[in-house]
Amino acid sequence: MSIILDKVNYVYEIGSGFEKHALKDVSCVIEKGEFIGLIGHTGSGKSTLIQHLNGIIKATSGNIFFDGEYIYDKDYDMRKLRNKVGLVFQYPEHQLFETDIFKDVCFGPRNQGLPEKEVQLRAFQALRLVGLEENLYYQSPFDLSGGQKRRAAIAGVLAMKPDYLILDEPTAGLDPKGRDEILGHIRKLHDETGIAVILVSHSMEDVARYVDRIMVMNDGELIFDDKPRNVFAHYRELESVGLAAPDVTYIMNDLKRAGFAVDTDAITVEEARDNILKMLNGKG
Amino acid sequence: MLRDITIGQYYQAKSPIHALDPRVKLVGTMVFLISLFIGRNVIMYAVATAFLAAVIKVSKVPFKFMVRGLKSIVFIAVFSAVFNLFLTEGTPIVQFGIFKLTWEGIEMAAFMVIRLIYLIIGSSLMTLTTTPNDLTDGLEKGLGFLNKIKVPVHEIAMMMSIALRFIPILIEETDKIMKAQIARGADFEHGNIIQRAKAMIPILVPLFVSAFRRANELATAMEARCYHGGEGRTKMRPLRYKAKDVKAYLILAAYLVLMIAIKMLRNGALV
Repeated sequence: MSIILDKVNYVYEIGSGFEKHALKDVSCVIEKGEFIGLIGHTGSGKSTLIQHLNGIIKATSGNIFFDGEYIYDKDYDMRKLRNKVGLVFQYPEHQLFETDIFKDVCFGPRNQGLPEKEVQLRAFQALRLVGLEENLYYQSPFDLSGGQKRRAAIAGVLAMKPDYLILDEPTAGLDPKGRDEILGHIRKLHDETGIAVILVSHSMEDVARYVDRIMVMNDGELIFDDKPRNVFAHYRELESVGLAAPDVTYIMNDLKRAGFAVDTDAITVEEARDNILKMLNGKG
Repeated sequence: MLRDITIGQYYQAKSPIHALDPRVKLVGTMVFLISLFIGRNVIMYAVATAFLAAVIKVSKVPFKFMVRGLKSIVFIAVFSAVFNLFLTEGTPIVQFGIFKLTWEGIEMAAFMVIRLIYLIIGSSLMTLTTTPNDLTDGLEKGLGFLNKIKVPVHEIAMMMSIALRFIPILIEETDKIMKAQIARGADFEHGNIIQRAKAMIPILVPLFVSAFRRANELATAMEARCYHGGEGRTKMRPLRYKAKDVKAYLILAAYLVLMIAIKMLRNGALV
């Protein structure tokens, strides 16, 4: 059970004079249950890449397999793929259209052709999973805050019970509290349901503490694909492509260079704190 | 899927046509459109074709950009061609029931289709070589005399430039919303006409909401910069005619005179 990308290329506006090679020979395997951060700065091809995963964009060349099936086969059912791979676009709250949140969340499962009872059950479950309070379920989207709307929109995709959930910049434009809430709920969701999550972001800091694997895109190419620690070890290269490792990485590296026996692997503030304390206590 | 719309699209290039005063291009487009309607004569259309081809060549805009704009009128062109072919009175060639194919019909249909194509190419040539900003500047200055009879020219020009500016934004937005709803299992391609119309709701509602939101934000931003309409407003680069603009006017006049002369000389004749 996995998504396999084999040398996927994508060129925008072929034959128009404004051609843009958005993906260059991208190959990777995404297993069920993984928690992946996809990172790259604006225009690096991350949004293009994820739209391939549920077949909304068709690769110019290269192959994509989902659960062992070739998705560009003539008789392959794209709807099945879209039911399995849930894609939450940037600013998903802009897609809300129903008169209340609950109806909007029902849209996805209803399109799947489920019986009405099942549709409503799933909508309930999804809204609960994203942590929206029940008194908001029957409110108009206009009455909700930005963060609440976004969670409702994410629930709209979750209600389809996908095996893979892809979120494009789910924290864009949110304040730190809204950001932590969303990311926290996504992590919890992953831990509780075993759903595979791909988190697209341009901020290492956001992603570092939540994900198990990081893929870094630059100029259409996949340049790193590894555990966060191993990726951050390349912080100099990350800088050269306009990204940065978390602040903690820099502090730990500076400390080490200054002669302290710290572990440069730490990626969260908590880890770094424990590590520094351990080192100090060890000395004392 | 929605990116094929070329109306109002600008093609960046350095050409004599791009450098012209927008008023010249507006007048030029008008002159060209009028010249197409003066008469139905093969020589006149040959002259118009040569004129159009020359301008396209000078403008450095690849020809395929013009063709892309034509996609949108294929339906109208075919529709009017069919009507003209079969519903024009004259010498019949073939007859099917009440429909008869006539020589006059063929002639009429051919001119109609060519006229439509040239109309679109002519006007897209203007938008392809003029930025929307220049275009509205040109309109504002060119129609400035209407201010005297209390027509709010500046406001109209401002509305036009905002509308033009928003076309690509809203197209992109529609594309995004469509994709988002497709990802949620929406189906826009199957079903009968009522089902398909209903399927548009999940696109239209968010699109309207976002259009209103953007309009609101824009209004706030303009207000914050103390925008108050045309009265007493000055321009950083006011439009002024230069030598090349005068030359362009002369060429246009020559073209129009030539077309009228052909029309007078060959009045009524096909060739």
